[in-house]
Amino acid sequence: MTEPKVIGILGAGRVGTAIARRALAAGYQVRVASSRPATEIALVLQFVAPGAIASDADEVIAGSDIIVLALPLSKYRNLRPDALAGKIVVDAMNYWAPTDGVLPEFEGAPSSTEVVADHLAGARLVRSFNHMGYHEIDGEARPKGDAERRAMAVAGDDPQARETVAGFIDRLGFDPVDAGRLSAASAFDIGTPVFGARLDRGQLKAALNLPAAA
Amino acid sequence: MELGVYSFGDVQRDPETGALGTTAEAQRNLLEAIQLADQVGLDYFGIGEHHTYEMPASAATVVLGAAAATTKNILLGSAVTVLSTDDPVRVYQQFATLDALSNGRAEITAGRGSSTESFPLFGHSLNDYDDLYAEKLDLLLRLNESDRITWEGRFRPSLDDALVVPRPVNGKLPIWLATGGNPNSTVRAAIAGLPVSYAIIGGDAERFAPLAQLYRQAVEQVKVPNADVRISVASPGFVGEDSNAAKELWWNHYHEAFRAIGEIRGFPAPQRAGYDRDANGKGALFVGSPEEIADRILALHGAMKHDRHFFQMDLGQLPQKDFLRSIELLGTKVKPLVDAALAEKADAQPETA
Repeated sequence: MTEPKVIGILGAGRVGTAIARRALAAGYQVRVASSRPATEIALVLQFVAPGAIASDADEVIAGSDIIVLALPLSKYRNLRPDALAGKIVVDAMNYWAPTDGVLPEFEGAPSSTEVVADHLAGARLVRSFNHMGYHEIDGEARPKGDAERRAMAVAGDDPQARETVAGFIDRLGFDPVDAGRLSAASAFDIGTPVFGARLDRGQLKAALNLPAAA
Repeated sequence: MELGVYSFGDVQRDPETGALGTTAEAQRNLLEAIQLADQVGLDYFGIGEHHTYEMPASAATVVLGAAAATTKNILLGSAVTVLSTDDPVRVYQQFATLDALSNGRAEITAGRGSSTESFPLFGHSLNDYDDLYAEKLDLLLRLNESDRITWEGRFRPSLDDALVVPRPVNGKLPIWLATGGNPNSTVRAAIAGLPVSYAIIGGDAERFAPLAQLYRQAVEQVKVPNADVRISVASPGFVGEDSNAAKELWWNHYHEAFRAIGEIRGFPAPQRAGYDRDANGKGALFVGSPEEIADRILALHGAMKHDRHFFQMDLGQLPQKDFLRSIELLGTKVKPLVDAALAEKADAQPETA
């Protein structure tokens, strides 16, 4: 596909607004929708992500090249599979039962993103961003080649979608690491050594058992 | 600017045997800390509801009640009350009683809190979190408006012209809304006309400055009558005579506290490099010498214009003597430095509207 220009973010909480800020800084157009009224989101964005446009979910989905899911995981059923079909969708959500409550369909799932993928059959789903804290997405972004640049894993069954999201992550300020198919996402879920750890590209590849040179 | 302390009632370790102290002793230590904070001129002490062996401050108003009777000036509050799993009527009665005993020094800070043990303990589901919080906050705010209440909700039996007493000494209790930085919570506080309390526990503290601007702008737009527009910041911190010694000592306890929490919640133990970054410059960990901490409070004040800053010092089994010394330094050294610098600034720049 052509180089993505518009990033759509569903969810205007800490993760969504942190990704919005980074995407704006990287030169993308950014649209944000949440369950709050658009006027309220606009007020929030004016201060926490100036330049991002508040919109409703349908408009964000229709008008964006990459759509980031940054809503509370319990709300994933509100996402419309038909609207997201064919779209490149990044799942940044985590299943965190001790803080958010037990959701039966996620109990025992290999990773939360596979449940989301089942619901959004037809979307070109990519798993990423979830293993880094929101204040790190803000504070830890570094230019290409910086010795302190941190790595971010990317998994998904659509190789082109993975590549597009990897390019997005690179522009945001992190080294993307292609982890392969969506099933590989279980290696960077909550409770794994990767989750929340400060890792560079080489360290993340080693942690995911990927060949160093790839 | 007000300065203060908050605690989850950290237990002590026996320096000889390494054994964890009793949860009962932790309550007495907490009372002693509040009394000292009052004596050294600090403005605020908050107790954060927790229900674990390491942090057994489960009944804050009882400890605060004992403090009310043995302190003179310090404001006494929660940091936070986990409102979602409590009965707002009971919360209000307890804090109004505390307010009576302390002659108007009681405050409530409502919020999600950093841990969730109270949900299973009191038979609530985390899945209902948002609805519970919204409903209970609504009831708590209504209780603050009048002594008679008629109310109906999902999670608590209805109230039909019920009387809720005692009433606060100053008419109403200050009720703060605590948030960890979700912008929607900031807007919620502004719309409700409530003061907001930011928990800034990691990363760069100044990233909360846009939220403070958002809060003030939202207050401006909504124009709630009699809004209580104030901002406070709660952050981890520790004051010692010597900067390096303070950072070195506190690292062990900080590491222990977050290692233990991480084990439960699935994130790795903190690393020294991250601690050193956050414990210096614009970082969220206010650990160091009195001069350094005063400078860093003032720097953040330049960005946020907050009205109150209070610190969690007793983490990861910090010995009581170190906790008390840190409180003393905050009151006797840091506070005068901050007061003097802000007074000088106010003289230099006449108030503009």
